[in-house]
Amino acid sequence: MTSARPTSGATDMEPDAQPDLERQRLSGPRTQAGAESPSELSTETATTAVQAKPGLNVRLEQLRAFYGSAEQVKGIDLEFRANEVTAIIGPSGCGKSTMVRCINRMHEEIPGARAEGRVRLDGFDVYDSSVDVVAVRRAIGMVFQKPNPFPTMSVYDNVAAGLRLSSGRRGDIRAKVESALRSAGLWDEVADRLAEPGAGLSGGQQQRLCIARSLAVDPEVILMDEPCSALDPIATLKIEELIDQLKTRVTIVIVTHNMQQAARVADRTAFMLDGKLVEVGPTQEIFTNPTDPRTEEYVTGKFG
Amino acid sequence: MSAHGAAGGQLDRFAVSPARRRKDRIARGAILAGTVIALIPLMLIVYYLLRKGLGSWSESFFTSDPTGNTFFKSSSIGGIKSAILGTIEMVALASAIAVPIGVGVAVWLVEYGRDSWFAHTVRFFVDVLTGVPSIVFGLFIYIVLIVGTGSSYAGYKGSFALALLMLPVVIRSAEVILLLVPGALRESALALGAPRWRVIFSIVLPTALPGMVTGVLLAVARAAGETAPLLFTAAATLKTNFNLGGFMNSLPVQIYSDVTSPTTAVVNRAWGAALTLVVMILLLNVIARLISRRSRLA
Repeated sequence: MTSARPTSGATDMEPDAQPDLERQRLSGPRTQAGAESPSELSTETATTAVQAKPGLNVRLEQLRAFYGSAEQVKGIDLEFRANEVTAIIGPSGCGKSTMVRCINRMHEEIPGARAEGRVRLDGFDVYDSSVDVVAVRRAIGMVFQKPNPFPTMSVYDNVAAGLRLSSGRRGDIRAKVESALRSAGLWDEVADRLAEPGAGLSGGQQQRLCIARSLAVDPEVILMDEPCSALDPIATLKIEELIDQLKTRVTIVIVTHNMQQAARVADRTAFMLDGKLVEVGPTQEIFTNPTDPRTEEYVTGKFG
Repeated sequence: MSAHGAAGGQLDRFAVSPARRRKDRIARGAILAGTVIALIPLMLIVYYLLRKGLGSWSESFFTSDPTGNTFFKSSSIGGIKSAILGTIEMVALASAIAVPIGVGVAVWLVEYGRDSWFAHTVRFFVDVLTGVPSIVFGLFIYIVLIVGTGSSYAGYKGSFALALLMLPVVIRSAEVILLLVPGALRESALALGAPRWRVIFSIVLPTALPGMVTGVLLAVARAAGETAPLLFTAAATLKTNFNLGGFMNSLPVQIYSDVTSPTTAVVNRAWGAALTLVVMILLLNVIARLISRRSRLA
């Protein structure tokens, strides 16, 4: 890990004026005094909490990503608007996943991998040297291609993992687990199986468990890297409905190979080719009236 | 004839030829014979251990120390209590040293060292250590801790020799198991905002636990059966000793000295002690397997 711990002089290093609150939150584990008490354990609380904290804007500025000396993402400028679903489409190997992994700094976990440029979370650069990478990842959750619940943990512990694995800010874990499972549309199915192994659920349930797991730490952005590619059509439909509900509280970036899926869930769609952004716009426009001929060729199935 | 040919023609096409049937039978037979041949010595060992060892088992065999009176009647030679306890004490101390260090090295190699030159150097030396004969570890401790300090034999020095012997086995087996933990699990834990050390303690190690128990047991079993590193580090003694600073008896050393005795009763005691050692390691295996099965949810 390369990130330095936050320093007191951090404010001087950041050119963009930032609300102090946001800076503190990103620079270290926050403490939430008077977290939900068990009496507040109801769906109503979950909904009010949803409205209380909306998603954040994410803006990539000249983002470049490398594996060793190979450049996989070649300078991308792109904005993911708050509380919208943005789909990233493009042929295999075009750098979609790599780009998304740069947003919460997971890219650098691969040996030899590094990123350049800026990723601004409501103006705040997550690549700033004063930023705590752990805090970035709590604000920007991630759901992976294959459902991967922790095999040694129960359903409950899987959802609670994010809260327990990080220092500080725990609050009422039980209430947060229930709220996250409800938000992921899984509560009714697992309410009486909370103590069973998470790996015992069906594939679709496991993926919703992973979504609940990332929701439990209350992120503002969720990155989804082909979240349905290992699921059957019915489980896929459930996840898509879920994405539609979740965008009221988080900003969602979804990488997908399935263009119908992009058309169904995304407000805006970005088309990538060979590490570069070709075009971004409202989903409807990208699919029906793209400006770039390469986009048209791709969405009409001429290549890729 | 086309693909829509008569049923007889189709049967011929799909029938297994007699030559292939014959080859299959010969190959299966050869593999089975190999398995049986490999089993024969194993069965013989168990058979001889039981036949010769069970005879010397008795209550006093386990509850009395060897007397050293090997030229009198068989009832006066004593049992193997000091050897059993000595082995347990020394192997326990050796495990307490080698397991945390070994797992720590393996975690470093897998989670941090990865492909660095230092990690490769460590792996190379660990491999070399795995192949070093056990007597060399004994000699090393003898020269450093006994000749070097001018002091005498002691149980803990035997433990040090055994710990050195266990270390490479623990490191290598733990490393292999840690590498089997899917990278996706580490990634999803990191993506939740967990610091790396917490990912290792809460996700990676619990997932790897059942496999690591097996590796540790192999190392413990190897250490428990070693004679050479103990001969000139812990020495041999008759009395039960709970002080790891003093001379200490052990099962392998007891077997070694008993089996060369001219007295039949003493040689039989060696068989009894050997059976005891095998049963102890078997029990340890069963217990550890039960524990690791319970701890594994998935």
